[in-house]
Formats: sequence, C-alpha cells, structure tokens
Amino acid sequence: MASRIFGSGIKRREDPRLITGQAKYTDDLVLPGMAHLAVVRSPHAHARLKRVDVSAARAVPGVVAAFTGADMKEAGFGGIPCAWVVPNSDTKTPPYPPIAVDTVRYVGNAVAVVLAEDRYAARDGADAVEVDYEPLPAVADAWKAAQPGAPLLYADVPGNVCFHWKVSGGDVEAAFKQADVVVKERILNQRLIPNAMEPRAALAQYNPAMGEVTLWVTSQNPHIVRFLLSLDTGIPEHKIRVVAPEVGGGFGSKIPHYPEDSMVIFASKMLGRPVKWTETRNENYQATIHGRDHVQDVEMAARRDGTILALRATVWANLGAYLSTASTGIPTILHGLMLSGVYDIKSIHEDVYGVFTNTTPVDAYRGAGRPEATFMVERLVDLVAAELKMDPLDLRRKNLIPPFTDGRPVATGLVYDTGNYAGAVDKAVQMADYAGLRKKQAELRSQGRYLGIGMCTYAEICGLGPSQVAGAVGFGGGLWESAIVRFHPSGKVHVMVGVSPHGQGEETTFAQIVASELGVGVDDVTVFHGDTSQTPMGWGTYGSRTTAVGGGALMGAIGKIKEKSKIVAAHLLEAAVEDIEYDDGKFFVKGTPSKAKTIQEIALMANVAWNYPKGLEPGLEASAFFDPPNFVYPFGAHIAVVEVDAETGAVALQRYVAVDDCGRVINPMIVEGQIHGGIVQGIGQALWEAAVYDDSGQLLTGSMMDYALPKADAFPRFELGMTETPTTVNPLGVKGIGETGTIASTPAVYGAVMDALAPLGVKKVDMPLTPERVWRAIEQAKKRS
Amino acid sequence: MKHALSMTVNGVPRSHEVEPRLLLVHYLRETLGLTGTNVGCDTSQCGSCTVLLDGQAVKSCTLLAVQAEGATVTTIEGLAPQGGLHPLQEAFWEKHGLQCGFCTPGMILTACDLLQRNPRPSEEEIRHGIEGNLCRCTGYQNIVASVKLAAERMAAARK
Repeated sequence: MASRIFGSGIKRREDPRLITGQAKYTDDLVLPGMAHLAVVRSPHAHARLKRVDVSAARAVPGVVAAFTGADMKEAGFGGIPCAWVVPNSDTKTPPYPPIAVDTVRYVGNAVAVVLAEDRYAARDGADAVEVDYEPLPAVADAWKAAQPGAPLLYADVPGNVCFHWKVSGGDVEAAFKQADVVVKERILNQRLIPNAMEPRAALAQYNPAMGEVTLWVTSQNPHIVRFLLSLDTGIPEHKIRVVAPEVGGGFGSKIPHYPEDSMVIFASKMLGRPVKWTETRNENYQATIHGRDHVQDVEMAARRDGTILALRATVWANLGAYLSTASTGIPTILHGLMLSGVYDIKSIHEDVYGVFTNTTPVDAYRGAGRPEATFMVERLVDLVAAELKMDPLDLRRKNLIPPFTDGRPVATGLVYDTGNYAGAVDKAVQMADYAGLRKKQAELRSQGRYLGIGMCTYAEICGLGPSQVAGAVGFGGGLWESAIVRFHPSGKVHVMVGVSPHGQGEETTFAQIVASELGVGVDDVTVFHGDTSQTPMGWGTYGSRTTAVGGGALMGAIGKIKEKSKIVAAHLLEAAVEDIEYDDGKFFVKGTPSKAKTIQEIALMANVAWNYPKGLEPGLEASAFFDPPNFVYPFGAHIAVVEVDAETGAVALQRYVAVDDCGRVINPMIVEGQIHGGIVQGIGQALWEAAVYDDSGQLLTGSMMDYALPKADAFPRFELGMTETPTTVNPLGVKGIGETGTIASTPAVYGAVMDALAPLGVKKVDMPLTPERVWRAIEQAKKRS
Repeated sequence: MKHALSMTVNGVPRSHEVEPRLLLVHYLRETLGLTGTNVGCDTSQCGSCTVLLDGQAVKSCTLLAVQAEGATVTTIEGLAPQGGLHPLQEAFWEKHGLQCGFCTPGMILTACDLLQRNPRPSEEEIRHGIEGNLCRCTGYQNIVASVKLAAERMAAARK
C-alpha cells in the first residue's frame, strides 16, 4: 500500500496563495488599535549603560510610549532562557535580559523600545532616545577571546569560556604514533548570516481581562516559543497562544525565542493595545542569530596506503554575547558527534570550547554543526590525499564505511541507521565522468588554464530525534511529533500537525500521504500547522525532521483511522472485523471486493452515528504521537567543477553534480527543490558569504550591500541524482533532505578551488574564496617559489 | 505637511494625502493594504518589493510614494484578473519556482518586465535578468525553469 505515497511530484498546495500575493506573513497582519514598536540598539560592542533617557522620545509626534530594560524588568519580564545546556561541560548561563539593563555586549543589543502610531513615528522616537555609554574593551574573535588577557564579557565567566565539551572514541594518541602521515590545518569556518528573505516580526495582543496573550511571530516552532514565553513573561502556558502565520524562510534563524517576542508582549500589556515590531534588514544582521564561526585546529593521521587512522581537533566555537535558544548544542552534539563522516575512523577526539564574544548570538543555521564537521573531515581527507599523492576519490573509496542496513556504530558513539556510501559515490562519479574530468583538467593545465575538481562524501545526522537522547544531551524539550487526522461528514479531511513548515511544502507532502493511504483526493485534505491553539503539541520544523518525525506521527494517526474504519465497515457490511480488508480507499469483505464501503461512506456514518457499532465512539478522528528510536542519517556524494582565472582570482562554477540519498522520496519535485537551495547556500559560504567584525566588535557587513548573497547568474544548472536507502527508524522510510545540500556543497566547491590552485603552489585560502583572496594567495605562492 | 497623491494601482484610481517621506512600498502595503508586495531589505538589494511602475519593474522601496504621482502601478495582486493566473504565476507553480514565497511576487514581476523586453530569453539571459532579485530557498534553478516555461507559453499564445 505504502508505495502509492512515493514518487509523485504533484504541484504544491500552498502555492496559489503565495503566487498571488494573498499569503499573510506576520508583517502583513493589522489589528485595530495596533501600535508599532521600534528598538533602540547599541552602536557599541561592549559598554556600560550610564543613562538611558526616553523622555525626549515620548515628546515626538505620534509616539505613545517608550520603555527601558529597567521598566521591563520591573513589570516582571525575566531573562531569555537558554533551552540547551550540554551536560558534562561546565556550561555557564549568564542572564540574557531582553533589553539591556546595565551593560551592552554586542552591536545591536537592545537598550530601549519606543511605541508609536506608525512605524515611521516609532523610528523617529527611537532616534530621540538619549543613551550615555561608557565603552569597554571588546573582543569579537572566539580564539582571541579565549586567550589570557582578553576583555571579559562576564565577571564570572573566566576566559570567556562558556563550556568545554569533549568527545572521544578509540585510542587517538596511539593512532597518531603509528601514523605514516599526519596532516594539520587551522580552519576558519567563518560566521554567516542566515538571511531568510522575510525579516523577523512579532505582533502581540494582550487581553488584560483574561490575562491572555496571542503572539503572531515568524517562528519555526511556535510550541517551543510558547513554552519558553511561559518561563520569562510570567504568563502561564495555557494563556499563551503562539501563531506562526506564513513564514518566509528560516534556515534555523527562526528557531530561537528572541527578546523581541517578549518586548511586544510587554508593550502590549503596558499599553492595552496590540503591538507589532518588524525588523529592518540592518536590524536582522545585528539582532537575528548568526551561524557557524568556528576556529578549528585539526589533524588527521593515516597510513601510507591511505587508511585513515585518527582525527583530532580543538575547536573554539563563537557563541556571541548571549546564549540563544539552542546555541550550545550546535557546536557540540550536532557537530562533534559527526566527525567520523562516512569514513571508518577508529579513533576520534575533539575538544570544543564555547566562547562568549562581543558579537550577535550564534545559533542554528542550516546544517547547524554538521557543515562545520563535514568541512573539517573533507578538508583533512583532501590534505591526506595530497600528502600521499593519491587521487582524493581513491582515498575516499578506501575509507568508506561499507554498506549496512541495520545500524552501524562509529567512534563518536553514534549508531548510523542505514547507508550505502559507495553507491552514492559510484553514481556521482559516473554522472560527472570523473575520469574524463581529470583528463580534461590535465589538458587545460598544459594550456595554462586551471580547472579544479572537488568532492564531498557526507553523511549527516537529522530527523531529530529520540526524545530520550534529547534529554540525555541536555536539550530542554522533547523531539517527538504529533498529528491529528479528522474526517468530516462529507469525507473531507483536516490534518493538524505539531511541526511548523515555512517553505518546505509539507502541506503538500502530508496531504499526499493522507490521500494515498486513505483513498481521498489530495484536494480533499487541508493541513493545519503553526498555531498552538489549533494544532497538537509538537517541537517544530528544523533539523530536517518535519517529514521524518512529523510524517511518522501522521502515519500513526492514519493507522488508527484505518482500524476504526474497519470496525464501522464490519458493522455496515455485517461481517466480522477480522474479515475486513482495506485497499485504495475501500474497506471490503475478504474475498468479496464488491462488498465494500468507501472511506467517505464510513466517515459519514461515523459522524452521524445513525447505524453504528454498539459501544464504539462516534466520529472519525485519530491522534498519534511518534518518537523515533534513532536519528536518520542521509548521505551522498557531490562533485564540483570550477575554473579559476589565475589573473584575477575569479572562480567560475562550471558543473555541479549532486547525488543524495534521503531514503524514500515522497515528492521528488520538492526534494529536488530542497537540494537546489541547499547547494546554493553552501556555495555561498565557500565563495562569497562572511559576517565580518572588526577588532572593536563593529559589524562591518551590516547590510545586504556588504554581505554577498548568492545570485542567479553565478550558477550552472545543477545535475541531480538520487540513490534510495530507506531508513528503518520511521514508518515511511524517509530521511531528511533540508540541509544536505548546504552540508555537502561548501567542501565540494572549496576542494575544487584548491584543486585548481594546486599547480600554482597555493596550499590554503580561508573562506570565502573571493577573487581578492584567491588572487592574493596566487601572488604569495608566486613569491614563495 | 502632507502631499496630495494620485495614482492608478491595479487598474483602480487611488488618491491619498501622504507624508513626503512615505516609501511607495509602504503606501502600497499600509495605506492600500496590498501586502503581496514584501519588504526584504533596506538597501534595494533583495528585490522582494518589486512592482511594475508604468510597465517597468522597480524596487518600490527605492521610491517615495510621491515620486509615483500619476503613475500606473501593478502589484502581484493585480497581475492577473481576479481568480485567474498570469502565465508566470502558472509556471512558478508548475515548476516549483518558490518555496517560502516571500521573494516570489517581486521575482514574478521582474520576470514579467524581462519577458516584455526579451520574450524568448536564453537560460543565461534569464539568470542575468533576475540577478537583482534574491531568493534564499530555491537556488534559482526552478525559478529559471519557471520563467523559461512562461516565455514559451506566452510566445505560443501570441502566434
């Protein structure tokens, strides 16, 4: 039966409202009497607040109120909670006031809010707020912040080290002693700005008579936001409704519970009016979380024959100035545990120092920890290949974990679910014509042209995840999902889910699942998500978990619907329940397919209950929860081909071949779309994107004019291939696909550029590989030779 | 000091008294309630706010509303008659040219302008033509395919 779910690239059901401008994003919402909130933000990276005077703002025409951090504190609004404290790492969790009270710690730290009749007047008011700052020494770089003598962000956090986390497996010391070759590198996995196209926004309506609040907010996980708000606003969870309306992309940046969520609730409570805040893009660059930002000292040990023996790393992970919702879990659990990649590496050790700096808080950004792991491993593999003068493809093949279908433990302690890494590599090699590419490369080199071929073979951890593991690794929530399937009298279906898609298309994917499994039309199903008053509890959309975990819950509810329908059908057909079978929307008596009731007939009878089995509850509705027994581990092999202009340093991307395996594929069109988008984001990191702070903590890339986002004209048409290795950890056999492209494409493209530059003597260039950096590296190599 | 402003938006004559500093995009979104036009940046990089002004694609965050005095403006809501779809809208739907949908109205109107100037663009010309509009979700591949499909259908319809 289940096979009908898979492989149909039907058009997305959410699109009609999106292509006509009828979708309602948070900033599109207008409530009667609504006031607009603007935030006054610190221009200093680190300063003592000597005076915050909002009186002049209150006099600005149109301004209705202005508040400081002290006002908010006095009203009983507490600090923003950190929802992930990794155990055995001595994690410090300093207070994170929504509006700074005595000290600002990054450029963009809120110091006051101004409320006005429209957004222009609110901005005028914000400009009128007077703040006296006493600047303090600042530090922006994680490694520098952890060195002796660095300026301290918190008196009680020595060396700015928030935590020290370790992962260890095998005997690393012995492996390095046995090694024939050891390669070392310092990798700067640079800071990125997520840049969801929709900036964040929040709209609160507090009802003083009921003590209730509704918050419409750009969120990937409204239930988590509700839970956290109940901890810091003083409003109990059952009196908070959080709605994520249409959400314009997130990429992790809309996971956290942000200070502005609390600010609009506070202001609405103070004013007795609805209050909306919408960030500008400049604000987004300062006040929405950033991603990555690791300084990694890494080394790999190998035998002369190419056998990888061990990997050892020390990482300084920049956490920014405050702990955002999930920030400590990203550079630890989601990073350090993935250092085996797709390879059989017996010994692994990593120390991770989470470091506070005077920068915007860092949290999950697409891939979240896995890109930082995969880049490290793949870079080291390329370095070992170069050292041994082996083809990097051969070195990879030699060390791949052989195919497995029933769990494979790796040195970091994880157990991968299923994998056939060689299968993906073979397919990518064939699609790219790897041998032909190497031949072409040799020919072009003889003409003084520099073609480069790069490769990434990856596995990643997603479909987060078993709740027991979540608890064991310090995540402050569960990671199960839930779904309700409800049949109406006419046979139409409502589906309510706890996940909260925001571009990934699960309104379509889930409708496809229900339609195929229960024999209704796709158009007969409406999927609801993103409203805590309407949908069952769930932990949200991130970590490529929506279909893997949410789909599991949906399958559970569908199973219950089928079971109940069989009882109703047996009654109506005057047969025994055991004799009822189901196929394609019909419940029939075994051996007599003509004696059947459709799901629609059953739905009608269950809803009216006129002729109904004695003792059976009326209605046709089922609710199910699903907690997976393990994570899922999608994998693949990507090959990039670039040409570098040695005169200018410009990199031209010529071809990009991606073979991914996300288990079973429900809607191939949606899956391919996820891969395309991921690839481009990952290439953005390799070639253009970087959030740059100067030494005083000023954000130099403060707007889209300074931060280079990928544009349409920089890419060839990607060549996609799939292999299919179903997982056993969920009923659909699906793995996640939302982040694979981002994880794989950065190392593939970086490797391609380094491969192109090898004959020029260039050994290393830090990302992003802008023409200037590549050109300088070429010039320096010339001088050395 | 407010200024009298008149323009035709999606075929309907509109008149308001507005502040001289009011951006066209905020006039469309907040005064007229046409929220299909989105704001994605402050510096005219992203193109989410693109509308047609006298038939030409413009980023409506770069213009003051008063600069559009007397103009004819088309937003995503007015691109096709009520209940219908423009070939570009159909093609974006069919080819999965959108994910979160935030950049989509601007992307479609930019493509509309492109196809007026160049009815049968090559893939390279499409990529060049839309490079002033940023999309963070799709990786552009399916947007390019959408524009190409729409161009083919619009060309066929003209024959």
